[in-house]
Amino acid sequence: MADVALHTPAGEHTTTGLSNTKLAVWLFLGSECLLFGGLISTFMLYRGRVIGSGPEPAKGWPTAGKLYNIPFTSASSFVLLMSSLTMVLAVASMQRGDRPKARLWILTTALLGCCFLAGQAFEFTHFYRDGAGYTTSLFTSSFYTLTGFHGVHVAVGVVMLVSLYVLSGRQQWGSEKAESVEIIGLYWHFVDIVWIVIFTLVYLIPS
Amino acid sequence: MALIERKGQLELGDGGDRAEPIGVFTRPMAETGWRSWVTTVDHKKIAIMYGVSAIFFFVVGGIEALLIRLQLAQPNGKVVSAQLYNELFTMHGTTMIFLFVIPIGAAFMNYFIPLQVGARDVAFPRLNAFSFWAFIFGAIFLNLGWFLGGAADGGWFMYAPNSGTLFSPSHGIDFWTLGLIITGIASTAGAVNLIVTVLNMRAPGMKIMRMPVFTWMSLVVQFLLVFALPVITVALFLLMFQRNFGATFFNPDAGADPLLWQHLFWLFGHPEVYILILPAFGIVSEVLPVFSKKPLFGYPFVVFSGAAIGFMGWGVWAHHMFASGLGPISVAVFSITTMFIAVPTGVKIINWIATMWGGRLRLTTSMLFAIGLIGMFTIGGLSGVTHAVSPADLQQTDTYYVVAHFHYVLFGGAIFGFFAGFYYWWPKVFGRMLSERLGKWNFWLMLIGMNLTFGPMHIVGLQGQPRRTYRYAPGMGFDMWNKVESVGAFIIALGVLVFLINAIQSRKHKAYELDPWDARTLEWMTTSPPQPHNFDAIPTVHTLDEFFHRKYDEDPATGAMIKVKEADQVLEEMGRDEHIHMPSPSYWPIAVAFGLPILAFGVIYSHILIVVGALMVLGSLYGWAMEPATEPDSGGHGGDVAPSTELVSHG
Repeated sequence: MADVALHTPAGEHTTTGLSNTKLAVWLFLGSECLLFGGLISTFMLYRGRVIGSGPEPAKGWPTAGKLYNIPFTSASSFVLLMSSLTMVLAVASMQRGDRPKARLWILTTALLGCCFLAGQAFEFTHFYRDGAGYTTSLFTSSFYTLTGFHGVHVAVGVVMLVSLYVLSGRQQWGSEKAESVEIIGLYWHFVDIVWIVIFTLVYLIPS
Repeated sequence: MALIERKGQLELGDGGDRAEPIGVFTRPMAETGWRSWVTTVDHKKIAIMYGVSAIFFFVVGGIEALLIRLQLAQPNGKVVSAQLYNELFTMHGTTMIFLFVIPIGAAFMNYFIPLQVGARDVAFPRLNAFSFWAFIFGAIFLNLGWFLGGAADGGWFMYAPNSGTLFSPSHGIDFWTLGLIITGIASTAGAVNLIVTVLNMRAPGMKIMRMPVFTWMSLVVQFLLVFALPVITVALFLLMFQRNFGATFFNPDAGADPLLWQHLFWLFGHPEVYILILPAFGIVSEVLPVFSKKPLFGYPFVVFSGAAIGFMGWGVWAHHMFASGLGPISVAVFSITTMFIAVPTGVKIINWIATMWGGRLRLTTSMLFAIGLIGMFTIGGLSGVTHAVSPADLQQTDTYYVVAHFHYVLFGGAIFGFFAGFYYWWPKVFGRMLSERLGKWNFWLMLIGMNLTFGPMHIVGLQGQPRRTYRYAPGMGFDMWNKVESVGAFIIALGVLVFLINAIQSRKHKAYELDPWDARTLEWMTTSPPQPHNFDAIPTVHTLDEFFHRKYDEDPATGAMIKVKEADQVLEEMGRDEHIHMPSPSYWPIAVAFGLPILAFGVIYSHILIVVGALMVLGSLYGWAMEPATEPDSGGHGGDVAPSTELVSHG
């Protein structure tokens, strides 16, 4: 748009002044919105269809009201939201050039992500014991598919954060690498925001 | 994604040795031979590989079509069984759409977007290579069903409940589902890459409204891909979970809603229609001005109507579902939006005709295909408007009338556009001309063939011949026209054969002059074929049709544009940049892509392979991230790359 190429903070020349990588990640996240949009729509369509085609489980057909443990999931949601805060702190430290502190916050974020995943594993196990298998009913299939997709996204984020922690241990990392941290942060916040939508629509609003 | 694109950020070991961060692969250095193609990150080589694979699948899909036409040439045909017929029409549609038209569009866009915006490569060259390899592995995987128990047989739309294991027990649909997920990953990565290239890597002065129309239409297409593909990916994942893991998302017996598939499929499927046609619209918008010796009439209207099609394409999907009982309000709304979307398309047709009006037309093969597109697409567009009228559509649904419609827009539209592009850009890409004499044969055979094949389908369709039915009884008025259609199909095949012969023979033609068509846009402002770095000096753009305005000036006496410079003079004036630094070839893109079909095999046959495939992908991603995108100069001028010539791309 400009006649003269603009510079990104890292010194690249780009037409818009945004770095290529950041622009690409924004586009990727836009695409992800439609992915979760499709999965959430599927869940909303099937949330009330709790009677499956197989035999009825011993404890009766699993419904949202019987399965959910709202206080527990609220706690794990809180953990995930706090991880966004620590992610912001990691980016800010990196931009200041304070590498040791940034690494500490990156590790904290990864650990909080792991806590959330552990909570999800615990929750899934619990639901399964209550008779809600993946194929029990349309409700359970679409629930596990949606929350499972989100869980995989969190897990990918944790892998990226751990890799970032290891790589940033090298001496050469300075504030010019802040954008790498920021970009992983963008992904992380996106996964968080999606969880806010899922928690509200799937857990809090009764069917 | 974020992690793997953080490259070039690891400092290398001491001493400036060749980087070996992982030590699995040495850095590939070959510039010729198979290794140079497997490891290339050059957008032009990748584009040629896209083009060759797409034409291969065009031939495969064409053979499937010929078998269909052989079966239907006479009543009660006995060439193929009902089951094989189902597989043939399913794979014909899937192959032509996903494995021919999308990748041939990707070939043109990969080649010409960087050249048209004045860039040295795409934004992420290694991601570009990954897109191609993921596409080709997905495409092969999709076709494996033919050899492993039968291909997919549910139609390219794969409606429920026919897609369930009850009605389709072979693994064909599993190969179809997973193959399309892999090619979808490839297209999404490619789309992100090309959007960033267009938005971020333009030459100085290349404002958004100075971009060639082909680049503009490609940009719209890439946005459609980025937002439409995740929707079909969800549908495909749900289908995979249903077929392989016991879920019942689309099984009405288990209380599911079969319309869910239709909505997800067509919410992708209708933007997909514009994904297929807009690149062709872009190509003819380049070809018509050049061969009319006039600028494109109403450039902003063509651009904005293309963008409008991109937006409106999201609001018409349910016109594919009028017969499914949506209810009167939905049907009325989608009828009206469907009629509206004809408006921006009509705007384009008017602009193309006005471009030719009063121009000095040169009827080259490329121009003939472009004019052919205007005529044939208009016929297909008009029959499309008749579908918007829902009461009429109820009569036409599932008849050959629909087949006639979409073959006029896809064959007469998309494929004619791409053939116009072949003849126009062939000398640019290969430095050799295609024969015009064979080209005329190619055009007329294809034009006559397609009208013989698809024209009568309007008639038998309105008489009620159902599509997707492997035979018909004699004496229902279908016999003669079906024979004509089958003859037409073989005439088309002959036309394609002439093109293939032309392409192979062009190797023997003498190298062509620099600017054979007196072209207008930036991609001609370099040698043919272009050097790996595209431009010796990145041009500064002052106007739309920059190349034309460097060659032509206004005659002060008459006000007419007269040629003041030849192409080689323009090139000489551009000068040379020093120390151009290009990204280095890499094994990692193909390594990452290779993990995907292994993972997919795991879903079908043995879950342990899922883990193996996933680990291959993950490990290769680490290799990718740890390898610098651009090898540092080994000579004495390392690190002295002038900022004005440094490639901004790091992918």
